[in-house]
Amino acid sequence: MSPSPASENSGIWKLIFGRLDWSSLPLHEPIVVGTFIMVMLGGLVVVAGITKYKLWGMLWRDWFTTVDHKRIGIMYMILGLIMFVRGFADAVMMRLQQAMAFNGSEGYLNAHHYDQIFTAHGVIMIFFVAMPMITGIMNYIVPLQIGARDVSFPFLNNFSFWMTTAGAVIVMMSLFVGEFARTGWLAYPPLSGIAYSPGVGVDYYIWGLQIAGIGTLLSGVNLIATIVKMRAPGMNMMKLPVFTWTSLCANILIVAAFPVLTAVLALLSLDRYVGTAFFTNDMGGNPMMYVNLIWIWGHPEVYILILPLFGVFSEVTSTFSNKRLFGYSSMVYATVVIAILSYLVWLHHFFTMGSGASVNSFFGITTMVISIPTGAKLFNWLFTMYRGRIRFDLPMMWTVAFMLTFTVGGMTGVLLAVPPADFVLHNSLFLIAHFHNVIIGGVLFGLFAAINYWWPKAFGFTLDTKWGKRSFWLWVVGFWFAFMPLYILGLMGVTRRMRVFDDPSLQIWFQIAAFGALMIAAGIACMFVQFAVSIINREKLRDTTGDPWNGRTLEWATSSPPPDYNFAFTPVIHDNDAWADMKKRGYQRPLTGYEAIHMPSNTGTGIIIAGLSIAFSVGMIWYIWWLAGLSFVGILAVAIGHTFNYKRDFYIPKDVVERTEGERTALLATQG
Amino acid sequence: MSAHDHAQNDHGHANHGHGHDDHHDAGAHGSMGSYMIGFGLSVLLTAIPFWLVMTGYFANPQTTAIIIMAFAIVQIVVHMIYFLHMNTRSEGGWSMMALIFTLVLVVITLSGSTWVMYHLNHNMMPTMSHDMSQMP
Repeated sequence: MSPSPASENSGIWKLIFGRLDWSSLPLHEPIVVGTFIMVMLGGLVVVAGITKYKLWGMLWRDWFTTVDHKRIGIMYMILGLIMFVRGFADAVMMRLQQAMAFNGSEGYLNAHHYDQIFTAHGVIMIFFVAMPMITGIMNYIVPLQIGARDVSFPFLNNFSFWMTTAGAVIVMMSLFVGEFARTGWLAYPPLSGIAYSPGVGVDYYIWGLQIAGIGTLLSGVNLIATIVKMRAPGMNMMKLPVFTWTSLCANILIVAAFPVLTAVLALLSLDRYVGTAFFTNDMGGNPMMYVNLIWIWGHPEVYILILPLFGVFSEVTSTFSNKRLFGYSSMVYATVVIAILSYLVWLHHFFTMGSGASVNSFFGITTMVISIPTGAKLFNWLFTMYRGRIRFDLPMMWTVAFMLTFTVGGMTGVLLAVPPADFVLHNSLFLIAHFHNVIIGGVLFGLFAAINYWWPKAFGFTLDTKWGKRSFWLWVVGFWFAFMPLYILGLMGVTRRMRVFDDPSLQIWFQIAAFGALMIAAGIACMFVQFAVSIINREKLRDTTGDPWNGRTLEWATSSPPPDYNFAFTPVIHDNDAWADMKKRGYQRPLTGYEAIHMPSNTGTGIIIAGLSIAFSVGMIWYIWWLAGLSFVGILAVAIGHTFNYKRDFYIPKDVVERTEGERTALLATQG
Repeated sequence: MSAHDHAQNDHGHANHGHGHDDHHDAGAHGSMGSYMIGFGLSVLLTAIPFWLVMTGYFANPQTTAIIIMAFAIVQIVVHMIYFLHMNTRSEGGWSMMALIFTLVLVVITLSGSTWVMYHLNHNMMPTMSHDMSQMP
């Protein structure tokens, strides 16, 4: 596509559209055009469906503007699942390309497209799949586990969600308008500097992450305040459920680490937009500083991802072994120690950059030390299972799969932590296999355990087991098929991010890996079928007790799904595993004495500011300065306007509470 | 304090039944006297560095720089005590804990980065022509 004449010589075009013109649309890429048509058709069907069944009002009132932590949690999960499909599509494309591009074949992806795909895959999987999903789970479960009615700052929660979504929208836009970064997921300069990446790709990257980062940071603040300030009476810190503890540590890491990411991306933006020289090759800049700073954020980030899932595994193991968690306090201390140590290891991501023996050995040792508290956790889970009456339901199956998979990933991690070994293995497929081993085996398996475990709490019916098991086996076996060949290839010296290969003897390994990726694809398909089948059969799978697993923590004390106010009466806590303790002591649900409940009101401010942030980012990315300026003023105006909104709270009247709780009493009576 | 009361109201629903307000001790907002002390100290701590630079009191600029840094650190402490009302008891000790945690991380980040970047600079950035000739 040649640029239209207007874009070439008219200053007025530049003034209105910046550097956006017809050549920005990737019409020369048939794959992208095909995707675009499919997405548009799918989008049209969804929009038409919502319009036909007149659901827009309901969506706006009950979901988009909601400040209910439970609904926001569910929206986070939906966002994560949608982005997961996109990120996985990227993964399959890479596996196919690498399986094909041998013996002189170029594969089916050109370099420009391939480089965008591996960058997008990393960025999306970390920032827009793993982060929204763990935030969603924490949002839903933490207030319930501590007996609170919502988070500390309900509006901020809604705002955080929409900022995260806005970041995802910006990244997705780059697929169809312009291009995405071709730099790898951390956008190292000087490659990501303006000299080597003059296009819009890196700008999409920067603004997508900056906008989403605001959401992540604020939700971190929110959850810390919630856990510190809003625990039910009697729940001191050493009576917190383990999932809440790990969430607390993860959120502290978020609050401490994300400002570093924001700052380093801001410096990169200054280099790109106003010509400063922080990370340039000349003018006194030093690109190594970028690598140093971004890993000071990046290493805690991986612990932000895994810590809450360690909590999930603890809850699942103790529930499905019908036992108290073995070594609760050692679990808590291990979590805290991991949180602190995660700040002392960042250099192991760049052993080979040349910092010398003393620095490398310090960071190598700290990295090995971190495996000690992690190992302690594993033994705690094993001892919890030991002599327990284990029920192998789906959440427990995922937990066992995690223990086996993650241990292997952890051991290859310790291998990489040895600096001399790292000089051989760095930047190879061995590294890729290692971190997929811990992120899939830890974070994703944990999320699947969490989804299967808490789904009945969120929707009032359990998930279908047959399809769940199919998904489980395809996923676990597919994972081993997809990544073990990469370990072998890495040991043979194959580097990451390659598009074509010369050595035909490597092809078989890539074909095995591609086969594994297809098995995982089938596993994902089974998971979506599992959701669909469960929703269709929801009456048969209905859980009326609110406690389908014989749970131990407070979220199982209320109905499934919980009422808007979570608990009619704030529970009083006497022991760890509060709900198990209440059941043991013959807890009776109070049936009278309800009072009106004070709740926060919904507001559309969050979604409006997020929308304006997208407009602002588009303006910045395409140099459409008037749009950036106007939307920035708009953001300020809406934010200030919101402070004058005094209609922020309301009371759920006493009779509504009475009716809701009465229905639950009737339902529980049918249980006998 | 109406703004404050309102803020309480905004998320008051959440604190319902949690006895949140009990934690607020009356001294948490400081008195006229403490604000004046803080203000006086801040002005003094700002004025002295300005005076040092403008008069060129120390011949060696490095001495001046170090003294200014020292004053800046004292300034931070003054702000935290007199304006942010931080002490070991505020918010049940949580503020102090958060502060210590922040300090630990800041120290790790700054000293670690300095150490790392010093070595990287030394090993990887031969800037002078003399160094270049030593390269293999």
